[in-house]
Amino acid sequence: MPKNRVAITGMGIISSIGTTVEANLHALLNSQKGIAPIVNINTRHKNEIKVGEVLQTNAELAKSLNLNEDHNYSRTALLGCIAAQQALKHANIDTIDAYRTGLISATSVGGMDLTEKHFQNYNDESRKLINSHHAVDSTEKIAALLGITDFTSTISTACSSAANAIMLGARLIKSGQLDRVIVGGTDGLAKFTINGFKTLMILSDTDCTPFDANRKGLNLGEAAAYLVLESDAVVKQDNKTILGYLAGYGNANDAFHQTASSENGEGAFLAMTKALKVAEINPENINYINAHGTATHNNDLSEGKAIKRIYGDSVPDFSSTKAFTGHTLAAAGAIEAVYSILALQNNVIFPNLNFKTAIPELDLVPVTEVTKKPLNYVLSNSFGFGGNCSTLIFSKN
Amino acid sequence: MKPCYINSAVSISAQDTLDNSSFLENTISFEGQLAKAIHPNYKLFISPIASRRMATSVKMGIAAAKKALELAELETPDAIITGTGIGCIEDSEKFLNAILDNDEEFLTPTSFIQSTHNTVGAQIALTLKCKGYNVTHVHGAASFESTLLDGQLLLHENEAKTVLVGGTDELGKYLINDIILAETAEKQPITTPFGEGAHFFSLSQSKQNNSFSAIKGLEIFNKVTPETIKTKVEDFLKDHDLTTEDIDAIVLGKNGDAFDELYQTLQDSSFKSTPQLHYKHLCGEFFTASAFGFWTAANIIKHQYIPKVLKLNTIKKSSYKNILLYNQLKGQQHSFTLLTSC
Repeated sequence: MPKNRVAITGMGIISSIGTTVEANLHALLNSQKGIAPIVNINTRHKNEIKVGEVLQTNAELAKSLNLNEDHNYSRTALLGCIAAQQALKHANIDTIDAYRTGLISATSVGGMDLTEKHFQNYNDESRKLINSHHAVDSTEKIAALLGITDFTSTISTACSSAANAIMLGARLIKSGQLDRVIVGGTDGLAKFTINGFKTLMILSDTDCTPFDANRKGLNLGEAAAYLVLESDAVVKQDNKTILGYLAGYGNANDAFHQTASSENGEGAFLAMTKALKVAEINPENINYINAHGTATHNNDLSEGKAIKRIYGDSVPDFSSTKAFTGHTLAAAGAIEAVYSILALQNNVIFPNLNFKTAIPELDLVPVTEVTKKPLNYVLSNSFGFGGNCSTLIFSKN
Repeated sequence: MKPCYINSAVSISAQDTLDNSSFLENTISFEGQLAKAIHPNYKLFISPIASRRMATSVKMGIAAAKKALELAELETPDAIITGTGIGCIEDSEKFLNAILDNDEEFLTPTSFIQSTHNTVGAQIALTLKCKGYNVTHVHGAASFESTLLDGQLLLHENEAKTVLVGGTDELGKYLINDIILAETAEKQPITTPFGEGAHFFSLSQSKQNNSFSAIKGLEIFNKVTPETIKTKVEDFLKDHDLTTEDIDAIVLGKNGDAFDELYQTLQDSSFKSTPQLHYKHLCGEFFTASAFGFWTAANIIKHQYIPKVLKLNTIKKSSYKNILLYNQLKGQQHSFTLLTSC
């Protein structure tokens, strides 16, 4: 058993399938997806794409945080605050300063939703919004809300961002730098990302179909999720309820192309291999893989090949939950960390919705129905532009 | 954590810092609000075909990273950790303008692809074919210090023997104007120009022949007040078995705004008899400007000499062993970095 284990004692989430952990679990168990035409953003592409959108407006989200009407919170910050607050409450933390407590948050879009409204149109009204553009802004707002004055950090490695935030938090606990840390990520939908992915021609006009031979691309989503990680010492001292452990983690770079994954999934293979090594387990100990599975042609093929490089023909049960939530970019690693823990807690594998036909080159069939079975280890993948590949392994004990 | 060793320090900034033959001898002073970087001949580092599509930050980053590896005589590091506050703002602005000007039509992907914050780190990895640990930290004024912390942790955990860390930020063309306008409306605004630059450093777990300084301690924190800053810094030094008297120079991220009070408090108390230095009048204020401060501190230890242009007082020391850096922006993203000779 590795020393200095990293316990997970709280979780918070807001996504298109629910605004609480319970609501997300309910949707996952009942195959209720959150993919629909876009409502809150007035984009020219609204009839061509489907997204995983949090239905509350900014005004509604701000109200639930008791913010004044003239606030300067981006959608990313609003979502982040809601999820992080839930996580802290779930972990029963009321005195934040009782231990050395940090916050590591991930985002890729930051405050772009505000910037695209005031860009090149400076006035008294927009002045307060200028600095909400920066990636650090949502982290500062979450830290202020939670009362964290100690270590704070922000990570941005595109779609693997939150996995790297969780990883850094775990390493800081293991090395004794922090006693506990709130880790996760947040990204709101913005015209910027919708148009960006549109130009790459990887947006699906229908519900996305991860790992399907006829997949047409991804659905974008927005979400935020945070975990509370605590050291053995804190867990013991406060007699904490443990939801699961972060047993392993791995980070590697594909070093192949700015946006495309290599054909043999080198970065993904290296990240998974490293994570298994850190967890000190064999590949066959993994009971379920929560795949990155964006439903783009490139990702699913490359990820599938990487998984086969490790497992050969004995690939464990796997599914992508992105057909529920859409691809929530920098938040995805944290969303899927919450789902991995829920899987472990409930001994259940969430289905890979919309799957019909296996990809011929892979011949891999994901789990397509809610499946009950004892789970001890769940592996979760997150890969991003820039070749950034990360893997997390969660364990029950 | 164990100390980690610095084997090279490279700066591309508004000063002529890439040329290692002098250390801030003939510096430029700035009249306007912008301190643009002095660019090297990028052909020495990047193929002209690749370079043509690259934004300022990517070019500066790759050049500084390559130079840092060359000076450290290292082919490929075990990890690449990059920091940026504003990210790839040039490409973000290009894509944003295209969306707004053409009402979401006729867009091309290049600027979107290059707009993500991790573009610089990714392009360095791609250039070096480095498949190791790769992360981009975007924590405002502590982005660079986050790379140091992450790198130090990797070396401490024995996950890497060598790490390339650095910070890059580019001015961009549009948002910076609004940032300056918003800043000017402040009661006591930033008085240094706004700048840009790329700073890269090669770190190693063990001391090498070319190691000239070591990171002894590092702390990143979110909040402190003028009332608590003195205790905070003294506690930090105590954690590393040092007192304020052991500090041979303090390098401060002063930029002239109201939050300089935090620096002034230390200047007037704990470090009254310590050589006090500033640097943002030379490189400008930007999120990873503190990496320029780090570069100066490492060079002071290397050369055992403080260029006059950095000095805030006339106090001298016979040798420069321990140098403390303190940086913050608008009372947020504070960092203490402690460098020592080795």
